[in-house]
Amino acid sequence: MLKTLATIGVMMGATAAVTDASFANDVLMSDKPVLVDFWAEWCGPCKMIGPILEEIAAAHGDKLTILKLNVDENPATAANYGVTSIPTMNVYQNGEIVKQIIGAKPKAALLSDLAEFI
Amino acid sequence: MSQDINDVIIIGSGPAGYTAAIYAARAQLKPIVFEGAVTAGGALMNTTEVENFPGFPEGVMGPALMENMRAQAVKFGANLITDDVTKADLAGDVKTVVDGEGREYKAHSIILATGSSYRELGIENEKRLSGHGVSWCATCDGFFFRDQDIAVVGGGDSAVEEATFLTRFARSVTMIHRRGELRASKIMAERAHNDPKINFAWNSEVTELHGEAKLSGVTIRDINTGDTRELSVTGLFVAIGHDPRSELLKGQVDLDPAGYVLTGAGTTATNLSGVFACGDLVDHTYRQAITAAGTGCSAALDAERFLSNLQTK
Repeated sequence: MLKTLATIGVMMGATAAVTDASFANDVLMSDKPVLVDFWAEWCGPCKMIGPILEEIAAAHGDKLTILKLNVDENPATAANYGVTSIPTMNVYQNGEIVKQIIGAKPKAALLSDLAEFI
Repeated sequence: MSQDINDVIIIGSGPAGYTAAIYAARAQLKPIVFEGAVTAGGALMNTTEVENFPGFPEGVMGPALMENMRAQAVKFGANLITDDVTKADLAGDVKTVVDGEGREYKAHSIILATGSSYRELGIENEKRLSGHGVSWCATCDGFFFRDQDIAVVGGGDSAVEEATFLTRFARSVTMIHRRGELRASKIMAERAHNDPKINFAWNSEVTELHGEAKLSGVTIRDINTGDTRELSVTGLFVAIGHDPRSELLKGQVDLDPAGYVLTGAGTTATNLSGVFACGDLVDHTYRQAITAAGTGCSAALDAERFLSNLQTK
């Protein structure tokens, strides 16, 4: 498949979308830790980590759920959690943020940051 | 991964790396290009409209320009790997690089095109508030500062571009610059001066960042008088220049005191045989997409010549 820089960020398979409406149910009430990736279409670095998060979700989905929240379409949740820079990745457990990762990082660095969950 | 020795490996992307890839691919060198795990496309991925790249009288979006260069490289047979090089062994006839997954690749020649990364202010709280009001990417984060009073540190073209872009969202943008006038090109400086939302703090530098969970203000100091004052800004965009990404090369490739790779006069060759360098990794004078693309082409041609000399030995 011919990968372009744009499609690099759009592949979805092991991750799913979460919205303002589904946030409470999908994230806050999850029995597993959930990483929420706050992203937007116009954010280059966000698109770069897209496929990396896909790979991590595919390999560790049994321990950590990874969901993507588009801040353009879901400004309420972003504002609620004081997100002022993207990409921001929050790991939620029992309804609370237990880890925050800000900025795009290569796979090895993300795996290291998420070690305690996977 | 195969133990074959490749003709050329290109480390880095952006206009320099992608142009080198196009030329190397067309020379049938089957280049492998490590475009960067999260930095593929380089600095232009974080800009919006590029008005000064020749050939685009209506301007072109930075990411679109990079996408086209990339596609062109792929079309001619370049193998693009969206990963970083974490280790490089460049002396000797066969060079070895290691990617982010720990895989090794070998080549007879290397083209370095890793560019530069944004410079930080280097003051307290900067790292802590990064992502919480302090940012280096206006296109990524400007969205979150709607109707707020924010500031941009810097006085060059990048700083002015960031400031004018941010006026789409912000209520006011204060440009904090340590000189008495902008360093930016005349046309950009004029735009900034004519913009009602942009005001200026001249001869100033940021000395302190305030705020607990997020930025609430900054202290600036007048460089000439030493007077300080507070700016109640809730966003600070740092655009004070770049430093070359040459950490990987220390101790192998000759660097100048600021960390830029040294190349011979009229060539992209470095001190190491078979190792060539181009783009912002080398250039601290011009630093334009078009000059980077130009040196990327030169590097590929230099590598091609080097390789054919190897074969005729």
